[in-house]
Amino acid sequence: MTASHRVTAGFLPLLDSALLVVAREGGFAEAEGLELVLVRENSWASIRDRLAVGHFDVAHMLAPMPIAFNLGLAPLATRTIAPLAMGLGGNAVTVSRALWAAMRDNGAGPGFEALSNGAALKRAVDARGDRERLRFAVVHPHSGHNYELRYWLAGCGIAPDRDVEIVIVPPPLMADALEAGRIDGYCVGEPWNTAAVARRVGRIATVKAAIWRSSPEKVLGVSASWADANPDALAALLRALYRAAQWCGDAANHQALAELLSRPDYVGCPAEWLRPALSGEIEAGDDSTVIAADFFIPHARAATFPWKSHALWFYSQMVRWGQIEASAAHEAVARDTYRPEIYRTVLKSLGVALPGANAKVEGALQTPMPVGSAGASLLLGPDGFFDGKTFDPDRLDDYLAM
Amino acid sequence: MDPTSLRILIIDENRIRAAIIEEGLREAGHAQVTAIHDVTGIARRIAETEPDVIVIDLENPNRDMLESMFQLTRAVKRPIAMFVDRSDRASIEAAVDAGVSAYVVDGLRKERVKPILDMAISRFNAFSRMARELEEARTQLENRRLVERAKGILMKSRGLSEQDAYALLRRTAMNQNRKISEIAQSLIMAAGLLAPGDDT
Repeated sequence: MTASHRVTAGFLPLLDSALLVVAREGGFAEAEGLELVLVRENSWASIRDRLAVGHFDVAHMLAPMPIAFNLGLAPLATRTIAPLAMGLGGNAVTVSRALWAAMRDNGAGPGFEALSNGAALKRAVDARGDRERLRFAVVHPHSGHNYELRYWLAGCGIAPDRDVEIVIVPPPLMADALEAGRIDGYCVGEPWNTAAVARRVGRIATVKAAIWRSSPEKVLGVSASWADANPDALAALLRALYRAAQWCGDAANHQALAELLSRPDYVGCPAEWLRPALSGEIEAGDDSTVIAADFFIPHARAATFPWKSHALWFYSQMVRWGQIEASAAHEAVARDTYRPEIYRTVLKSLGVALPGANAKVEGALQTPMPVGSAGASLLLGPDGFFDGKTFDPDRLDDYLAM
Repeated sequence: MDPTSLRILIIDENRIRAAIIEEGLREAGHAQVTAIHDVTGIARRIAETEPDVIVIDLENPNRDMLESMFQLTRAVKRPIAMFVDRSDRASIEAAVDAGVSAYVVDGLRKERVKPILDMAISRFNAFSRMARELEEARTQLENRRLVERAKGILMKSRGLSEQDAYALLRRTAMNQNRKISEIAQSLIMAAGLLAPGDDT
């Protein structure tokens, strides 16, 4: 079959670039008549700039990024939409061995419990007294990492802007920075936590799934002008990515997936570094293995559905941390950036399970719950925040006022 | 105002490339040019040099760090990070193609940045041309070595003259529509596989 569309996508070397890589290498794009060209980038800024000048049509993106672009928070950003998510979870918080020792002395447990390990971190921070503030790194100001780290710290009584310092470090350099003592901990996607464990320079303190279970992480960012001009190519790409997600979600393929992603032109790391995130059996960094429920979900529980409630939660965190003023106009921009109606229209033809709603109350599901969907059955949740709070997108003002 | 009074900071881990860009800026009359190669402690260096323009390689993974620093720290006065003026799409595109990314600190006017960006782009191109030529020269040398070795094998095993050995390689390459160096490579590999174990 000859490709009738050529789509160029930028990506960063991370586990959750898997959907794009598998769409290409697994033949899912080709089957849709797409020639999917993948270009590895080094920074999110380059992804943004190359999308803006038309080198890329679409890109692997931090989920809050398209919202930040459309809100004018980033230079040179082009109008960007998010018609599909690239899985749930996938991040962890890693701390230096010295900080872990201090946390353990203050009651940190062997697992990844966000509440008790966060409380231990709080006591360790307090015990430092007048010593220099602990420094944590995240990958970008407009990233799930920044917001979940801050949410966790604040939820444990640590003020992210006063009690600690938060800086930006590129994902592949996190373990180096930790080893060199330039930072005390970081929040990043896999395999860059496992990298610190493999090099014996860090210990995983908690994981994204423990802070907010089934939480959004990356999306497919699409240049809005390209989407308008190429609806057929976009539809073909969404179908290919959905099929790729199904393939990635099948445990029987995890070994092959780890080997594929390990290649130098993709993530470029040992395949062993990619296996823990796929199996959920995480090497913690102190010779123990912790089973992390739902560490990374590429397909199950509507993991590729771009929930407007996810977009609005990110917006609420942008407001909370002073990145943008709260206003009805800004809220509308955030809501309109995620495009579940495109997802639903395109994927209906595949006869797969689709959520009936565009938004949900985040954190409301304690157990897996079948939800009304067209055709096949769909289970959502559990999806709780570690502090037991919920996020109701219809009561955003109340949430912001808390 | 004298256009050469601008303070320009070049951030590039590749020292040779940084030197080429720095030299070009000096030739263009910019006297206050600093190049740094390591982003460790970069906030302090920026505070010291107080640059008006920062030129950074697009491949540098620390671009995200630099951008967030502009937004957060007080090391840079009125920190404004821009790629060049938004409306000037052609020059942005050229910059992206050339691998250069310029950050204008402190709301500098576009007219003053454009010549710097143009210069950086031409220097990036000059550097990549140099790197490409070097690579080509290296490949040529390597290919010549392969052909020499293949000729030697043919001369020894088939009792050919040097000229005939080369003619055979060339004819095979033409018949198979491949490069002589590829035929030579295959021959060397085959000879290696067929050689007795004690053969040196």
